[in-house]
Amino acid sequence: MRVRLGPVLAVGAIALLTLIVPVLPLAPPVTMDIAHRMAPPSPAHWLGQDEYGRDVLSRLLWGARVSLAVAAASASIACVLGTALGIAGGYLGRVAEFFAVRSMDVVLCFPPLLLALLVVTLLGPGAATLIPVLALVYVPGFVRVAYAGVLTVLSAEYVEATRALGAGHLRIMLRTILPNIGGPILVQFSLTAASAVVLESGLSFLGLGVVPPAPSWGLMIAAARSTMTQAPLLLLWPCLALSLTILAMNALCDALRDAADPRMRVRRVPAATMLGNAPGLRPEGPPA
Amino acid sequence: MRWILRRIGVSVLLIWVVASIVFLAIRLVPGDPAELLLAQGGAAPDPDAVAQLHQQLGLDEPIWAQYLGNFRDLLHGDLGQSLQDQSPVADEIMRRLPRTLELIGAAGLLALLLGVPTGMAAALRPGRALDRALSWLAATALAFPVFVVGTILVLVFAQWLRVVSAGGYAPLLPNPGRHFALLAMPAATIALGLFATVFRMTRASVLDVAGRDYVRTAHAKGLGAARILLRHVLRNALMPIVTVLALNLGTLLGGTVLVEYVFNYPGLSGLLVDAVNARDYPEVEGVVLVISVLFVTLNLVMDLIYGLLDPRVRRT
Repeated sequence: MRVRLGPVLAVGAIALLTLIVPVLPLAPPVTMDIAHRMAPPSPAHWLGQDEYGRDVLSRLLWGARVSLAVAAASASIACVLGTALGIAGGYLGRVAEFFAVRSMDVVLCFPPLLLALLVVTLLGPGAATLIPVLALVYVPGFVRVAYAGVLTVLSAEYVEATRALGAGHLRIMLRTILPNIGGPILVQFSLTAASAVVLESGLSFLGLGVVPPAPSWGLMIAAARSTMTQAPLLLLWPCLALSLTILAMNALCDALRDAADPRMRVRRVPAATMLGNAPGLRPEGPPA
Repeated sequence: MRWILRRIGVSVLLIWVVASIVFLAIRLVPGDPAELLLAQGGAAPDPDAVAQLHQQLGLDEPIWAQYLGNFRDLLHGDLGQSLQDQSPVADEIMRRLPRTLELIGAAGLLALLLGVPTGMAAALRPGRALDRALSWLAATALAFPVFVVGTILVLVFAQWLRVVSAGGYAPLLPNPGRHFALLAMPAATIALGLFATVFRMTRASVLDVAGRDYVRTAHAKGLGAARILLRHVLRNALMPIVTVLALNLGTLLGGTVLVEYVFNYPGLSGLLVDAVNARDYPEVEGVVLVISVLFVTLNLVMDLIYGLLDPRVRRT
């Protein structure tokens, strides 16, 4: 499985940046400086200061940390939980299938943002509710991917062979089936993480996600909205940071999907174009 | 026939489970809604007021009685009364639902009109400059969350250029021009992300169909390129495109929240955000329920159409 390097490096760089934020020589993200509110960029504050005089660059980087941590945590929880349910549902038979797989249809009855809003209403906003909420939203996706994977793998000869060798159910599920459905699950994980960044920022934008004064891109955009005529730059930075991050993550998703499913890659560069040569009229072969 | 009945039965069951979950979630969550509601200032609420609110919400009854009563009301189309102004929740929802549906419909139409021609143009010569430029554009469009797009549109068109007002809503009848002017920006905002999805789906679907045998046959018997494209390729490529669009529009039923918030558009999800912030439980319950029912119904209809068109679906 070969993955295109560009997207991997981009996402890796963003992740690395968020990891080293605490050791960077940055102004604290919550220290206010009312005298210099909405100050333009200066040597001390490279991206300027926001409506409370806080350092924008610092808030941007700390906000990235919050956003990505929430996304990574919720995607990981959803991945582990959903994969376990999907494998159990596919392997253990009808009753397990009903509880593990069909029950997910209930979660899927709610549009994602709506489900998140409902839970946040009940439990109150904050990162502590945000992670389980997002995990809940994304569990069904993993269940479906894992379940579908198990169904295709289950009849394979190597599974039969492992069983004939006397391996127990747990061993078959974890050591034989799981590695063989890893590709689609990895793709699902990347899709989920990217989607979680969007959902987290959206909820924070509505004031229902990360609680101020903690920095978050969604909160920064919401705050900059009220001052956007005086200081449009304040709006620009978090929008740019958010969109570039999502762009990089989406590119990684595409790269992983292409790597996991070789058929998709062939279709990217078809030998013939439709108006020029009719496809199929010339011998099939790799593009020149 | 049996398959259709079964599918409808599952949907009804799902709606019942959803309604039960929403009902239970609100009542089982730690913290008394009445106390939460009255303790706005942080001070302990007056016990008499709490008791009165309990009675008004029916919270003093045993939970099974509340549950049965709740379902009796639901079957009569009664979603309870708003805690904020005592008006029936169902009326407010019926007032706002058409606006949200209009917004979603306009965005879907826009996305279809933009996405299908561009997707076909890209698929005609895959890998060439136009295809790469359009694919890049779609990838970029997907990277901008709706609230970012909306906020930037407001900044550019309402604050700097001053061509439209920043948001709001005008009814259709006295002044259609203003109605559509106010609809344009939120619809365009939603349409941008949808366009990218429709574009990608069209491109992939057209490329897929273009490689089929019957297209080769059409070429072989000497049909013109335009005729093949419209009659043979597009017709067969359209089904997955419409499916993806419909599923996306379903998700949008709950996903217009951000756009309605940015543009101050008085739709259904705007009502939801207000209700969430005011902790207006009956209203939250009502809106979530209505959207979920619409969502399940839409999925059911899509499934049925698919099943009617493709008998293989019915076996699963």
